[in-house]
Amino acid sequence: MPDREAPRLRLEAEALAAIRAHGRDAYPHECCGALLGRDGAVSAVHPLPNTTEEGPRRRFLVRPGDYREAERHAGARGVDLLGFYHSHPDHPARPSQYDLDHAWPSFSYVIVSVMNGEPGDVTSWRLREDRSGFTEELIGAGDAAGVAAGAPRTAGER
Amino acid sequence: MSNRVLIPTPLRPFTNKQEVVEVQGATIGELLADLTRQYDGLRRHLYTDDGRLRSFVNVYVNDEDIRYLQKEQTPVQPGDTISIIPSVAGGAGVAVDEQLPSLSAQEIKRYSRHLIMPEVGVDGQRRLKAGKVLCIGAGGLGSPAAMYLAAAGVGTVGLVDYDVVDYSNLQRQLLHGTSDVGRSKLQSAKDRLQGLNPEVRIDTHEIALSSENAMELFAPYDVILDGTDNFPTRYLVNDACVLLRKPNAYGSIFRFEGQASVFGMPDGPCYRCLYPEPPPPGLVPSCAEGGVLGVLPGIIGTIQATETIKLLLGIGEPLIGRFLIFDALRMRFRELKLRKDPDCPVCGTHPTVTALIDYEQFCGVGPHAAAEETAGETSDITSTELHERLQRGDAIFVLDVREPQEYQINRIQGSTLIPLGELPQRYAELDPSLDIVTQCKSGARSAKAADFLRQKGFTRVRNLKGGILDWIDKVDPSQPKY
Repeated sequence: MPDREAPRLRLEAEALAAIRAHGRDAYPHECCGALLGRDGAVSAVHPLPNTTEEGPRRRFLVRPGDYREAERHAGARGVDLLGFYHSHPDHPARPSQYDLDHAWPSFSYVIVSVMNGEPGDVTSWRLREDRSGFTEELIGAGDAAGVAAGAPRTAGER
Repeated sequence: MSNRVLIPTPLRPFTNKQEVVEVQGATIGELLADLTRQYDGLRRHLYTDDGRLRSFVNVYVNDEDIRYLQKEQTPVQPGDTISIIPSVAGGAGVAVDEQLPSLSAQEIKRYSRHLIMPEVGVDGQRRLKAGKVLCIGAGGLGSPAAMYLAAAGVGTVGLVDYDVVDYSNLQRQLLHGTSDVGRSKLQSAKDRLQGLNPEVRIDTHEIALSSENAMELFAPYDVILDGTDNFPTRYLVNDACVLLRKPNAYGSIFRFEGQASVFGMPDGPCYRCLYPEPPPPGLVPSCAEGGVLGVLPGIIGTIQATETIKLLLGIGEPLIGRFLIFDALRMRFRELKLRKDPDCPVCGTHPTVTALIDYEQFCGVGPHAAAEETAGETSDITSTELHERLQRGDAIFVLDVREPQEYQINRIQGSTLIPLGELPQRYAELDPSLDIVTQCKSGARSAKAADFLRQKGFTRVRNLKGGILDWIDKVDPSQPKY
């Protein structure tokens, strides 16, 4: 089934740099944080602790308390919570089945691949409404150096 | 009755962008049912296909997570505020659960008592099925441990042993039956375990565990279950587990007392943190020398199996950093706190043991000690020679160094009993001018006794080779063996 018009996510250069730096700092563990902004444009990120108990090299978890804090943080700045970012240490910047199984609708999921400690590709994904998979969002705006280019792809087909 | 439900950001597109929605119901389950009736688009994001709340959907009544109340049966009062709060999870690679083997209909029936417990469930049982456990020894501890592991559905149970089944094993080693006497322990064990559960795989390693083969042997396993009865192997298993970062479900038994712990975890202590050095050879008797209550390994071995299963499932509080001591006579469990020793030669901050060593030498037995024994071997006497000399009427003082209980079972006519442990206090009772022949069950303790007496100036001491067992074989078959 062809996608509707590919969604887009604008990522300010500063926000992108912060995501990449967080991914580098957390390596070999996964990092995570909230994406804050308005109307599909991420103006700031809010790093959150990775509280997973299943091994932070392959998993991240934002607990309800931290989620609430992220929403409050967004509210206080007069922006919206647009989604979350996380890193894939030594894995490509593509969502896993686990990502799919745990995804919330209407959020943007930004993934940064960190290979051997160095941040590489950054991609963004949105859960389809029927939960059948993700649709890749085009990342645009600002300086998008290192961002994977190309036509939107889909992932998580079952 | 109507309550307010706070809708989180990602679900607002499904509630016409409303942050707060009014719903009706007496319990959380009813409220959520009303919510999804009003806003059908929410259903697939809140519930799985089989109608359970998704793991990342958290529902709070005021500030309490319903998981800690009555879950979906949690009653709601008018005025309570209900919040749906996301957990956000994800991660690289294939999810752990997807790499796990699935369960057949037959297995689901077999493991149903596990499957209905939330702490195990289908995923936990799949974890057990993927689990690989190596039992060192198919004896007292290995028997109950391997039987429960196999019955519980641990997918691969490995066994290391090279012994054959003896009558004296049957009092406690339930893997083996009377008809197995004389068979290889591993063959007997495999038959028993496959009889219990043909769904699991039993790997038999009919070898003597050594520094040369331990690392390779342990590598494919998730947990090592130490059921050994001697110090060199115990240190070997400990060190190999630490070097390989594998958990070691440890147990040991003697007479009425047992011990258990979990060693080898990166954040916990190891056996060497507790006992940096082995005891001097001969100081701590083995079960073969000192005996053991038959049910004791049943208790300790099942504790080891319990810890192993908890480790495989990732549930509960394992015995890491805790040393459990069980006293069967007083029927008491005690627990000692164990700390990781930063100076531990194997798991400390600056380890000096970074590869497996010669554990027989480390424990003062085997090749090193054997060299001394060879020197003394010329002073051994055979059962036949002793018999001939006693028949001739030579004045020979036969010193039995076993325990009184053993002496009650069988003895050489005219022998004198002084248990090995009492010899240091009682050797003055002996006449140094006599020919002394020391004797025990099979010749090991009596060799120590002979050495001791020589050190004390006795010159005419010889050791009965093969002990009373050999004596019965060669000279006096009328007596029972044990």
